Amino acid sequence: MTFDWKWDFVWEIAPRLAAATLNTLLAAGSGYAIALVLGLALALGQRTRWPALTFILRETLEFIRSTPLVLQIFFIFYVGPQVGITLSPWVAGMMAIGLHYSAYLSEVYRAGIEAVPKGQWEACRALNMTTRDTYARIVLPQAVPQAIPGMGNYLVGIFKDTPMLSVIGVTELMQTANAIGSETYRFLEPYTLVGVIFLALSLPTAGLVRLLERVLRRKLGM
Amino acid sequence: MELSAYPLELPPDDRPMVRFMNVTKSYGSLVVLDDLNLDIQRGEMVSVIGPSGSGKTTVLRMLMTLESINGGVIYIDGKPLTHMERKGVLVPADEAHLRRMRASIGMCFQHFNLFPHMTALQNCMEGPVQVLGLSKAEARDRSEELLKMVGMIDKKDQHPSRLSGGQQQRVAIARALAMRPRIMLFDEVTSALDPEVIGEVTEVIRRLVAEHDLTMLMVTHQMGFARDISDRICFFYKGKIEEQAAPEQFFTNPQRERTQQFLRAVKDAD
Amino acid sequence: MWDFLQTYGGRLAEGTLVTAAQFALATAVALVAALAAGLGRLSAHWPVRAAATTYVEIFRGTSLLVQLYWIFYVLPLFGISLPKLTAGFLSVGLNVGAYGAEIVRGSILSVQRGQWEAAYALSMSPWKRMRRIILPQAIVLMLPPWGNLLIELLKGTALVALIGVADLMFVAKQINGSTFLSAEAFGTALVIYYLLARVLITPAMRRLERSMARRLGRA
Repeated sequence: MTFDWKWDFVWEIAPRLAAATLNTLLAAGSGYAIALVLGLALALGQRTRWPALTFILRETLEFIRSTPLVLQIFFIFYVGPQVGITLSPWVAGMMAIGLHYSAYLSEVYRAGIEAVPKGQWEACRALNMTTRDTYARIVLPQAVPQAIPGMGNYLVGIFKDTPMLSVIGVTELMQTANAIGSETYRFLEPYTLVGVIFLALSLPTAGLVRLLERVLRRKLGM
Repeated sequence: MELSAYPLELPPDDRPMVRFMNVTKSYGSLVVLDDLNLDIQRGEMVSVIGPSGSGKTTVLRMLMTLESINGGVIYIDGKPLTHMERKGVLVPADEAHLRRMRASIGMCFQHFNLFPHMTALQNCMEGPVQVLGLSKAEARDRSEELLKMVGMIDKKDQHPSRLSGGQQQRVAIARALAMRPRIMLFDEVTSALDPEVIGEVTEVIRRLVAEHDLTMLMVTHQMGFARDISDRICFFYKGKIEEQAAPEQFFTNPQRERTQQFLRAVKDAD
Repeated sequence: MWDFLQTYGGRLAEGTLVTAAQFALATAVALVAALAAGLGRLSAHWPVRAAATTYVEIFRGTSLLVQLYWIFYVLPLFGISLPKLTAGFLSVGLNVGAYGAEIVRGSILSVQRGQWEAAYALSMSPWKRMRRIILPQAIVLMLPPWGNLLIELLKGTALVALIGVADLMFVAKQINGSTFLSAEAFGTALVIYYLLARVLITPAMRRLERSMARRLGRA
């Protein structure tokens, strides 16, 4: 087998790669949704009155951030059934990605919340607002725009980490390219196309994130 | 003094709007306020002055419950603010008690602390709607009336970033008043302002003194203004009240050495 | 658990050594690539800038796994066959190097303008100015982000197992496949990665940060 790029073959596999691209986007999207919600919960969880909880959360998140995602994917997928929870590759994959990135997003939220000036908290207290209202109406609306660049970077990060889901058989782009390769013994086109698709999607996303950041800041009058 | 020695409530014939009773505040080994005793009567306007680090801002912040206290009890209208009754004695207040008591106190800050993501009107409506449970329409009426009073009705739909310091501070006063407090605290509200806009804020406070019967406590560096509008001046020095008197008496005939020094220094600076 | 470690501890230790070797070699590749591309993006010559930018955008815009597979499976079609060990650390190093290039560029740009002007006023050549004056100051700025990046690099090496490098991840997978002791196998591997990151890499970087700061007279 030598280097010869075959366009016929490219058109032949294009529909399968297109379908797999949708799966990849779906995986990235749902993983991100989990990470956004869980990350916020973990950030707020570190701000309670119980120092023990803060300590446990902080160390756990440190652990999650310091170990490979691909190993976490295996762990969740294979250990789940041992404790009686059988997870489909999709569910295990989403859980792993969601958990992994929630550890990063919680840091982004935390930094955003800490950047809200102390005076804002004091004004809320002087207006006798509840802690819940203080977060929901005053602190988070200011912290989130602050956090948008970080949140955007991790969206792109999740997208680029979805190929790891191929290791447990989620049919995203990488897995599909692997399958095509082993069926046809041609690797040049599928692997190259996967690279091109990633490039074509992640570069504009990064641009969009920057745009969103500007719009949000203006809209919130900051 | 043991907590059990403090009355659960002040007797009806001795109920100032605010009473600090043996209040102590310290950060670690640094004593900020030492055994403070201070009464403020209903409708009275008291100005707190003193060199920086004298603990004067802490007095306001304790009253707003932004700072906890280390000793003593603060009473609001005869009822304990910092403590509550449990089995016949006072114990440190829980959050629910603080929230209940705090409802009668409003505060304006040196740096305004307006909510940057809300317009002037939304800033004023936030408390009445979210905390007092007023309808949007009621809150809007009340807020617009107050913005009119502080001369900011034209700018009601602007975000704070589009307003000057003086304008922001006037909105902040309206926001605090929208909660209908009985006690208003002003913490160096003109200190962060450019000289040419200080007047627009002091004018609003002057009108409040003249037209409303709020109890007010103000920390300020503006001696002339304090002299004009206060019923009483309290001079703090190193965590204690060094001298307090009616403005005329205080400024024309200060009794204490420290007070005289302070007033001389302030005059030289002018 | 004790039985598990007695039986498989040796193999896990071997895997850990392979991971450590991949980490060290990939770090070397990443440092060289980051410095070359970071300086390249600041070059006065546009072909150099273009080459550096292309490298950075391609390696940051796609996935490490895609890059690894491409280098291992596709590059041979161009006549460049790499053994899996080499393909492994090279991919990881080039991938992380692209991120590192942005750190290098950013920290060089944030050295105070006055330093550039002072070096210029001493009539230093551009290369000398960079090497003697700017880089030593930039390195202090770039060490903390490099500390985080090296953790990411360590995590990245786990993927080389997927092209058959017998690293820690690979051993854990093998043990899991033959014994179904998933929790023990993957759990132990997770703990070892954590210890490598927090007991070796992070403290080493902290020490390096301190000693560099001292050499610049800032500690």
